[in-house]
Amino acid sequence: MALLEVKDLHTSFFTDAGEVKAVNGVSFELERGKVLGIVGESGSGKSVTAYSIMQILAGTGKIVSGSVKIDGQELVNSGEKVMKTVRGNKISIIFQDPMTSLNPTYTIGKQLMEAIMLHTDRNKKQAYDRAVEMLRLVNVNEPEKRMKQYPFEFSGGMRQRVMIAMALACEPDILIADEPTTALDVTIQAQILELMGTLQKELGMAIIMITHDLGVVAQMCDEVIVMYAGSICEKGTADEIFYTPGHEYTKGLMRSIPSTTSAGTKLQPITGTPIDLLNMPKGCPFAPRCDGAMKICLTERAPVTDLSSTHWSACWQCIKEMAEKGEITLSDTKEGGEE
Amino acid sequence: MSENKPLIEVKGLKEYFNINVGLFRSKPLKAVDDVSFFINKGETLGLVGESGCGKTTVGRTLLHLYKPTAGEIYYDGKLIKSKADIKEFRKKATMVFQDPYSSLNPRMTVADIIGEPLDIHGLYKDKKEREERILELMGHVGLNSEHASRYAHEFSGGQRQRIGIARALAVNPDFIVCDEPVSALDVSIQAQVINMFDELQDKLNLTYLFIAHDLLVVRHISDRIAVMYLGKMVELADANEICERPLHPYSKALMSAVPMPDPKVARANQRIALQGDIPSPLNAPSGCPFRTRCQYATDKCAESMPEFKEASKGHFVACHRVAEIND
Repeated sequence: MALLEVKDLHTSFFTDAGEVKAVNGVSFELERGKVLGIVGESGSGKSVTAYSIMQILAGTGKIVSGSVKIDGQELVNSGEKVMKTVRGNKISIIFQDPMTSLNPTYTIGKQLMEAIMLHTDRNKKQAYDRAVEMLRLVNVNEPEKRMKQYPFEFSGGMRQRVMIAMALACEPDILIADEPTTALDVTIQAQILELMGTLQKELGMAIIMITHDLGVVAQMCDEVIVMYAGSICEKGTADEIFYTPGHEYTKGLMRSIPSTTSAGTKLQPITGTPIDLLNMPKGCPFAPRCDGAMKICLTERAPVTDLSSTHWSACWQCIKEMAEKGEITLSDTKEGGEE
Repeated sequence: MSENKPLIEVKGLKEYFNINVGLFRSKPLKAVDDVSFFINKGETLGLVGESGCGKTTVGRTLLHLYKPTAGEIYYDGKLIKSKADIKEFRKKATMVFQDPYSSLNPRMTVADIIGEPLDIHGLYKDKKEREERILELMGHVGLNSEHASRYAHEFSGGQRQRIGIARALAVNPDFIVCDEPVSALDVSIQAQVINMFDELQDKLNLTYLFIAHDLLVVRHISDRIAVMYLGKMVELADANEICERPLHPYSKALMSAVPMPDPKVARANQRIALQGDIPSPLNAPSGCPFRTRCQYATDKCAESMPEFKEASKGHFVACHRVAEIND
C-alpha cells in the first residue's frame, strides 16, 4: 500500500465571479522514502493540491470530492480533530516564504518548542532539548544561542532551516515543500537542497517537492508530476519526464528553458498565456496553446495512457504517435487521431 | 552583433547609502564599491550576483537614478555630469523593471504609459504623430492596437512586461538596463520575453545591461557576464568562458550551484558548497569581501582588496590567489 494515495481530488474556490476549479481530478500515489516533484506554472494547482492534502485551504476554498488516504486512513471529511493528529505528525509542510511563515514577535526557540509540545507529549525541558537537537541537525551554528533570538536576526537561508527543523521535529512520514528555495539565492538554495536531500535519506521520509524550477526537479526528484490548469497532464520518473516527455505541454516546457548551449539560438516558447480557470475549455485545457492541437483536443480530454510502467500522459497527440507506431490500438479510446 | 567600440563606460563607480545605525550615528552602506566596466555597442552584458550584491544599484546609478557617490559614467565617449547631460542621456538610455505589477501606473491606460516618455521629452509634433508612435511601439512588442485603451490590471504578467518594454523603447534608446525583466514570469512566458529582447536588439541595434540572478537565462542572452559580490565586481569574461572556466572562487561556487534542468547532469554535478551567508554590507569584511566564505583565503586576503585585473585576454578577475588556485 502506498504511503499517500490521492484519488480524483477536486478542489474549488467559490468566488464572486464563480467557481474556480483549482484542482480538477488529481490522482497520484507516493511511496515511502521517495521524492515526488510537482511542477507547473502559477495557477496550475500545484500548491492547492498540497494545501488540500493538509486541509489548510484559505477562505473560500473547499475540497469538492475525491479521496486522500495516508497509510490507508481517509482524510477527506474526517474532521478537524483527526487532521490535527495528521498535520505535523504524519505530514508537515514548509512554505515558500521563510520571511512571513515565522512569527516575528516570538523567539525561534519558543516557536520550535510550541510545535514540538503541540504534537508530542514531551514536557518543556524535553521539547527544549529536541529543538536544540533539530537546529543542530539542520546545521544552525550555536543552536542554544539561536534559540533565544527572533526571526529578524536570521537570514533567509537560516529561517528556511528553522522552518525545516520545525517541520521535521515530529518526524513526519511526508514533508511537503512548497517552493522551498524560490525566495533564496542560488548558493543558499544549493545548501538547503543538499540539506533536504541528506535529511530525506537519513530519516527515510517522503518529500513532495512543489516547484516551477525544472533545475530543482532534476536535482532532487525520483518521480515528477506535471500539472496544467488543475489537472495532471503527465507523470513519470525524472528521467522519463526530461528525456522522453509524452505530453505536448511537457515537451513545450523542456524546449522553452535556456540551456548551457542555447546561446545565440532562439528559444522555443509556448505561445499564448496560461488559461483562465473561470472559463475552462471543454477539451484539453492546453489545447488553445498547443501547436499540435487536433480537432478532438478541443472537444474531449485525452484518456490517461501508459507509456511505461512508471510513465503516463494524457495527450491525444501522444496517443496518435503511439498508435502510428503500433504500440497501442485505438479500440478503447475514440477513433480520434486524425485532423 | 557587437562592434568593438564602448557605448557605455563606467570608471570607479561608487554608490554609498547612509544608513542610520543609532540615534545620531549613520554609517555608509557601500552598495557599489569601485566598479569599472564597459559595454560595447550592440552588446549584451549580463550582471549576476546574489541579492544585496549591488547589481540593481549598478543599473540604477548608471542611469543617474541615484547620484553616484564617486566615479565617472561615459556615454559614447562623453562624460555624463551636468543636469543637461543627464536629461539628454535619458533619451538614449532607459530601463525595464523587474516587477511588471508595481512598475505600471494602475490609473493610466496602456497608451498613456507608453506615451509618457514621449510627453516628457516632447518627441512628437501633434497628437496624430504621438498616437502613431505608440501603436508602432506596441507592434514592436507584440501588443494589438485594441490594447491601447486598456489598463494594466487587465493584462497578464508577460503582457505587462511587454508594456514595460514598449515604454522603455519609446524614446528610441540605444541602451537599456534590464533589471531582472523575466524573473517574475512563468517559464513558458519567460521564453517569449527573452526572445523578444533578442529580436529587438537585432532590429533596433540595442545595447543591454541585463541584470538577473538566473544564470541559465543570463548565459543564454549575454555576450559577456560580470559577477558581483558585496558591492564589488569579482569577475568579468565572455559568457561561455566564465560559465565553463570561472576563475574566482565565488564564481566557481555560483556556477556549480546552478540547478541544471537535466537529471543526469544534475546528479553528476559536483557542487562546491559555500559555508555561511553573505555578510551584511554594513559590516563588510576587510580586504576581499568573499574571504569569510572562501576556502582559499589567506592573511593577505584580509589585508587588501585584490586588484580587478586581466588574467587572460578579456577575462578580468579580482583574486589574490587566482594563479595558484587555477593551476
